[in-house]
Amino acid sequence: MNKTLKATPPVQLWEVFIRSRSGLAHKHVGSLHAEDAELALQAARNLFTRRGEGLSIWVVPSHLIIASDPSEKGMLFEPALSKAYRHPTFYNVPEEVGHM
Amino acid sequence: MVTNTISVSETPQVLYALRRADDALILGHRLSECCGHAPTLEEDMALANIGLDLIGQARALYALAALREPSLEGGRANTEDTYAYLRDVGQYRNLLLCELPNGDFGRIIMRQFLYSAFIDPYWRAMMKSSDAQLAAIAEKAEKETAYHLRYTSEWVIRLGDGTPKSHDRMQAALEFLWSYTGEMFDTDEAEAMLQAEGMIIDASVIHDGWRTTVQTILDRATLTLPQSAWMQKGGRSGRHSEHLGFLLAEMQQLPRSEPGAVW
Amino acid sequence: MYTQALNDLPTPHNLEDAEKMANFQTRIDSEDRIEANDWMPEAYRRTLVRQISQHAHSEIIGQLPEGAWITRAPSLRRKAALLAKVQDECGHGLYLYAAAETLNASREALMDQLMEGKAKYSSIFNYPTMTWADIGAIGWLVDGAAIMNQIPLCRCSYGPYARAMIRVCKEESFHQRQGFEIMMTLAKGSARQKAMAQDALNRWWWPSLMMFGPPDTDSQHSDQSTRWKIKRFSNDELRQKFVDATVPQAQFLGLTLPDPDLRQDEVTGNWMYGEIDWEEFKQVIAGNGPCNQDRLASRRKAHEEGAWVREAAAAYAARQVSRHAA
Repeated sequence: MNKTLKATPPVQLWEVFIRSRSGLAHKHVGSLHAEDAELALQAARNLFTRRGEGLSIWVVPSHLIIASDPSEKGMLFEPALSKAYRHPTFYNVPEEVGHM
Repeated sequence: MVTNTISVSETPQVLYALRRADDALILGHRLSECCGHAPTLEEDMALANIGLDLIGQARALYALAALREPSLEGGRANTEDTYAYLRDVGQYRNLLLCELPNGDFGRIIMRQFLYSAFIDPYWRAMMKSSDAQLAAIAEKAEKETAYHLRYTSEWVIRLGDGTPKSHDRMQAALEFLWSYTGEMFDTDEAEAMLQAEGMIIDASVIHDGWRTTVQTILDRATLTLPQSAWMQKGGRSGRHSEHLGFLLAEMQQLPRSEPGAVW
Repeated sequence: MYTQALNDLPTPHNLEDAEKMANFQTRIDSEDRIEANDWMPEAYRRTLVRQISQHAHSEIIGQLPEGAWITRAPSLRRKAALLAKVQDECGHGLYLYAAAETLNASREALMDQLMEGKAKYSSIFNYPTMTWADIGAIGWLVDGAAIMNQIPLCRCSYGPYARAMIRVCKEESFHQRQGFEIMMTLAKGSARQKAMAQDALNRWWWPSLMMFGPPDTDSQHSDQSTRWKIKRFSNDELRQKFVDATVPQAQFLGLTLPDPDLRQDEVTGNWMYGEIDWEEFKQVIAGNGPCNQDRLASRRKAHEEGAWVREAAAAYAARQVSRHAA
């Protein structure tokens, strides 16, 4: 029953981003395979918008996405955690002043 | 009375709705045969989407036929399911093109392309029908078929202009299907009556635009339009190929085996 | 469940940094999510690739038994629902292969393994769908069991898998209901329809219980998978939850579960079920189920017949790129 096949050549991977409602940003929803941009767009529509999930689609070849290195998480993101003065709750405004 | 077969009172309006409904159902059924068997998972999704659009269109059109059909003896009325499951092959009114067996992915795509290039402008024109219900069906269907045309056009181009092998397969699919395209533009007395009332358009007016669309895409696909002018016909009047009988035998077996049952 | 055959744990070939391992476990313990480019133990990666790919294979092989009835569905409403459902399964396979790809396992390579008979998938899809009632039974029981297993996977420690499962669960919520509705319609129908429903239940009940995998006493992988929060409930826990949920539904339908030993425990309220035929389970997993050969042959045929299409799309795309470059 086992049959050795010729290895199937890999097809380009694309990341898919969908705007679900007017006014919202595109959000990453998943990925798919396609040989070119037009087919990727169609496949994204066929796969990710079957239940009315989208109004706009972006597709991007996965290899074009540049990601930060998780091992640099400390250097990149922790310095921001100690700057409470960037947030409104850092400042005291007497209640009688009202909403500010 | 529980029955295993129905008669239909084919007034021009009923006949018209059944013709369009049968096209959509039979073609949708053919596409549904591909589910789980397409060349890639992405195309499996795509073909099922088109199949679902077409089955949805068929249901809307059968509902319209049922509404317009004079009531039967005992006040019984036909429904989408009696039309679909209890008519014999000679009572089906679809285009021969829609009932042809799938063949390979190339032929599936080519058939869908040739049909979509016709039916999309057809529904667009039908949006101006004097019949509000037909106009509404047309408006919904047109959005779906516009996408079918885009999807299949892109694949015709890629497969026609892909490899020598894919080019040959697409040219062969085109030659095979070509003589079944003429029936799309036919019209008859029953339809002429409805045309006179502004209820439907004359399908033959779509022909030149269809030909231009087809030529444009075939050029990009490096495929050659067949020269043959001979066209098959018969589906509209119930004279079908051998294939439809097998399709119906499979599709109708269960409801016919248990007359009157609810599923 | 879709990964019920995953019994042997891969052992790491190289000694990995003990500190990294400890940090990794700390993250898991604090319910942090692991993402694609995070450091992870090789065994974690391999366990996930195996589990996710088995799950993906199960989805696309799972299209076949139900797909066999799309063309024979007895009403247009049922036809549309079934086509949409089987199409969903293809989509779920696709989401899952994509999750596996974040772990550097290409979809093509995984599908090649499936077609070569080297990969496993859920035993349930190696049983035949003989009648229309089987479509009801599959939706009700098989999808019911699947949901039971998949909901905890939405909280799996590996982010891309958990997100795929959230999407799958959301879409699947209609599957079990459509199956139950079919069973209900048959159970209320003619004597022949009711007999058809009972027969389907008789054939699908035990294989559905097998979907949760071997009993906890035999399940070797559970400990490590539990520590890694890939798995959150044991096979037997999930199986019991499923039986407890399903027994009242069968009673509602007026159908009889084919288990003479089935009884309710007075103290716990749990429904205790009879002995599962684990020999049958082993045989089906090993490739000897009634439909194993058909399923793989069908998958291979689609793949082989589609080769020219994939080649053409690749050739066209390559030519477009070189035209742009020129």
